[in-house]
Amino acid sequence: MDILIYLIYFILFLFLGYFIGTAVEKRHYHSIGVRERQYINLATVTSKKIEEADQIFSTQLVMGSVVISLDYFKRFGASLRNIVGGRIKSYETILDRGRREAVLRMKEEALKIKADIILNMRFETSAIGLITKKKNSIGCFEVLAYGTAVKLKD
Amino acid sequence: MVTTNIDFIPGKRIVEHFGVVQGSTVRARHAGADFAAGLKNIVGGELKGYTKLLEDARRESLERMVRQAQLLGANTVINVRFATSAITQGAAELMAYGTAVRVE
Repeated sequence: MDILIYLIYFILFLFLGYFIGTAVEKRHYHSIGVRERQYINLATVTSKKIEEADQIFSTQLVMGSVVISLDYFKRFGASLRNIVGGRIKSYETILDRGRREAVLRMKEEALKIKADIILNMRFETSAIGLITKKKNSIGCFEVLAYGTAVKLKD
Repeated sequence: MVTTNIDFIPGKRIVEHFGVVQGSTVRARHAGADFAAGLKNIVGGELKGYTKLLEDARRESLERMVRQAQLLGANTVINVRFATSAITQGAAELMAYGTAVRVE
């Protein structure tokens, strides 16, 4: 009887994860696309120097971060993938979403102080530990993007 | 106090150098955010409670780094880096470090 209840929960979570998770992901990608086009004029580079170095007015550290987790279906799929090896697509999309979202948040912070360019942008990714006590739980990721927002003299 | 993660301050000359300064904080999750995160774990997506928690913690570690730099008499921290590590289950250490300098 216990096994049956467990199985029902498992299938329910799998369905919930698949349908809601896919819908959430689709909406998130849509919003990422819209905002990326909106902020396209704020250049973000990973180099430390720019040619207009003598025109720099002020600099400030800006950052954006996001904690993102997998849905139940993807986590199950990933654990199956672990047996046979190979590309884990569900992880790729979750990290891609996290990184792009973090960059967008950093850009939003930079736009608040009316910056013209972001120099030396860096990423920092970490798995911030198991979030449930269950053994098979994979946890969630934190992605941080940071850089130096530069304001040019008019 | 200016903080940047490039290794110079444009248009200014570094006159004094104080070495590495750092600030860190260890934060544990709390039960309320944890419960919400447990639910979110089924459907996936962003864990807003955790994002907020880590953001606050990171600002705190930055502030501590800046305070240390101020004690040394610096007015700028250049080359700031961040590091995050999960030290035990449910707690994370956030650290910020950089080079304290004085510019003219």
